[in-house]
Amino acid sequence: MRISVQEGDFDVGAELAALRQGNPQIGAVASFVGLVRDSNDGAGVAEMSLEHYPGMTEKALAEIVEEACRRWAIIDALVIHRVGRLLPSEQIVLVAVAGAHRGEAFAACEFIMDYLKTRAPFWKREVTPSGARWVDARAADDQAAERWQEPGAD
Amino acid sequence: MLKILYFAGLRERLGQGSEELELPAGVRDVAALRDLLAARGGVWDCLLTLRNLRYAVNQQMARLDSPLCAGDEVAFFPPVTGG
Repeated sequence: MRISVQEGDFDVGAELAALRQGNPQIGAVASFVGLVRDSNDGAGVAEMSLEHYPGMTEKALAEIVEEACRRWAIIDALVIHRVGRLLPSEQIVLVAVAGAHRGEAFAACEFIMDYLKTRAPFWKREVTPSGARWVDARAADDQAAERWQEPGAD
Repeated sequence: MLKILYFAGLRERLGQGSEELELPAGVRDVAALRDLLAARGGVWDCLLTLRNLRYAVNQQMARLDSPLCAGDEVAFFPPVTGG
């Protein structure tokens, strides 16, 4: 399991190759890459900056990946999330999951992303023509995370 | 001592990202600490009025009834928006 919170960009091809290297049990790698869009909520976005809670962020991401490993028979997983100043089209986040088969890899990748959106302490601030603003959390993200709630869980 | 952290829009609104505070007598949970800070008045009112404020104690998501002890690190922040 690799967790990284970093300012620098990442190479998706190199990261996926490293994730599956030397393990012939891996038959599937599912990945998600999040990018900066040039518009949000009806306004143009010239740039974005991402703030986080150093220490807690890494712990929260590790706990989310551990939870995914508990729920699905996956072999390995990777989360890279950038912080600092980012421009439209730049990569923000990479989640990748390796498993024997596609089913658990797809599901675990989507689960990690949905939980990351609602539980990992990152905050986006975007610069629009009318000034800078903090991005509001979306109810749709909460609903996406709730889908994974286990019966009887808190 | 308590270490208290504020993030994102809340940090900007309060004009500070962190402070240290002697754990006041009678403050046993996050709700009591929030009320004590909000009682400073002015911008600190927002700790009571902001919708969906989130809390962490020792870098774990917490709730208003989560207990506090001397030495804890407590954070207040808006809903997260990463990804």
